Amino acid sequence: MASTSAIESIDSFFSAFIKKKLIGPIEAAGKFFIFAQKAIASIFAKPFRGSEIIQHLEFVGNQSIGIILLTGAFTGLALSFQIWIGFSLLGASDLVGPTVALAITREIGPVLTGLVIAARAGGAMAAQLGTMRVSEQIDALEVMGVEPIQYLVGPRVLAAVLATPLLCALFDFIAMAASYMLSVHFLGLDEGVYWERIQLWVDPSYVYEGLIKTAIFGLFFGLFCTFRGFTASGGARGVGEATNRGVVVSMVMVIVLDYFVSNFIRFYYLIT
Amino acid sequence: MDQQQDVIKDIKKTEYAIEIDHLKKSFDGGKDFVLKGIDLKIPKGSITMVIGFSGTGKSVLMKHILGLMKPTAGEVRVLGKSLSKMTKSELHKFRINLGVMFQYSALFDSFTALGNASFPLLEHRREMSLEEAEKIAGEKLIQSGLDSKHFHKLPSEMSGGMRKRVGLARALALDPQILLYDEPTTGLDPILTEMVDNLIYDTHHSRKGSTSVVISHDLHAAFRIGDHVVMLHEGKVLKQGKPEDFLNSDDPLINKFVSTGVRREE
Repeated sequence: MASTSAIESIDSFFSAFIKKKLIGPIEAAGKFFIFAQKAIASIFAKPFRGSEIIQHLEFVGNQSIGIILLTGAFTGLALSFQIWIGFSLLGASDLVGPTVALAITREIGPVLTGLVIAARAGGAMAAQLGTMRVSEQIDALEVMGVEPIQYLVGPRVLAAVLATPLLCALFDFIAMAASYMLSVHFLGLDEGVYWERIQLWVDPSYVYEGLIKTAIFGLFFGLFCTFRGFTASGGARGVGEATNRGVVVSMVMVIVLDYFVSNFIRFYYLIT
Repeated sequence: MDQQQDVIKDIKKTEYAIEIDHLKKSFDGGKDFVLKGIDLKIPKGSITMVIGFSGTGKSVLMKHILGLMKPTAGEVRVLGKSLSKMTKSELHKFRINLGVMFQYSALFDSFTALGNASFPLLEHRREMSLEEAEKIAGEKLIQSGLDSKHFHKLPSEMSGGMRKRVGLARALALDPQILLYDEPTTGLDPILTEMVDNLIYDTHHSRKGSTSVVISHDLHAAFRIGDHVVMLHEGKVLKQGKPEDFLNSDDPLINKFVSTGVRREE
């Protein structure tokens, strides 16, 4: 009798464990993919939400310019200085320019832009939609016959996809400008050699690769943060949790996606 | 014979705004039911008050009437049409027949009073210019009792009563056939409560043929403005009828609810 109840309790423990640890995440992933599919389809659905898209482009893009200029400039300065210290020891300080340019355009620019914008704009998206959810504003939209995903999510996701690469281009430009200023005007590298080596080593396709990556980061954090906000529940605490999860997962996924997308692009170049 | 059936159909169409048959709702796969088989008919042109203690399923019932929730079992027909048989896009189009005033108004934070009230017009009558939509929205706001000097205020700059008025104007914008009020007086002081009750009554009587459904636990309002009262208890309809039927009821639960409500009002 005692052994039967022990087996039953072990059985219920395992079924609860499997439900929580295995079925729960699969269910959540399934819900996210259904949401993502609806959100992407809503971008192309009528009516066209021109004014909302512009409004969100202004928020994700224009309002992020300051933070991108600041992070870009200091990243360019710090990277150039560190590389110059190392390369000077080997007598290869002429390679500071191309090394910085390669690092910035292919990895650091896209990843840092993705991280900064996911934290700033993604967090705001999750918080805004979460607040709208718990204060019944999304229900109100639905009751008024307005498709909430099409009205609220589509324009935000599209704005993230379009604005993030533009901000990455700005990051690349300002980081290289800061690197040039430091390397040529303060560290005494030759200006001609600096630019000539960059031209020799850096292909424009590297810049495009970075821009493609940031568009994918924008798509992911746009979808994930709006998903977290859209499905928030439980008042202010629920909104806080949705924002926190949205930002943390988006930032981690920027780094994870960076690795896979880089490899995918390299594979694409290999087969074409 | 066909003619007779058509006549019967027409009577059916015109008699009830909302018909609910054996509605059941469970959130945990059928273990526990919030609504346990509701049968309800809400007459057209009336003010129907849905009352009951907290947690009896009033708001869940309203979400089914709005098509925001799907029944676990049973059927909800609004203006003769079964909501569960509609596709999502059909449901979206159908909802222009319904106006809702939410418990906490649910106004859009970034829009002014005028922006909130004109939003449904701009969404559903896309041929309408902004000026035309704002003109109509302004009329609805005035009809709801909001002074024009408050038209350009954001919800964060408005009082509770002003927000309720804007919420009502937004619900009225498309001249819906059915107006639903979700706990419209919850958390308001007695003066504002009376103001909102009067607003519901005046709005209903200024729109001929419209149907109003008020979800509330305010018994005083049920007796004062309701033509038809439905009391829910533990996910079922305990009683429905005229307000005076509740005063003369022998049911101990109804008596408890009535006596508590009356004591509170005294």
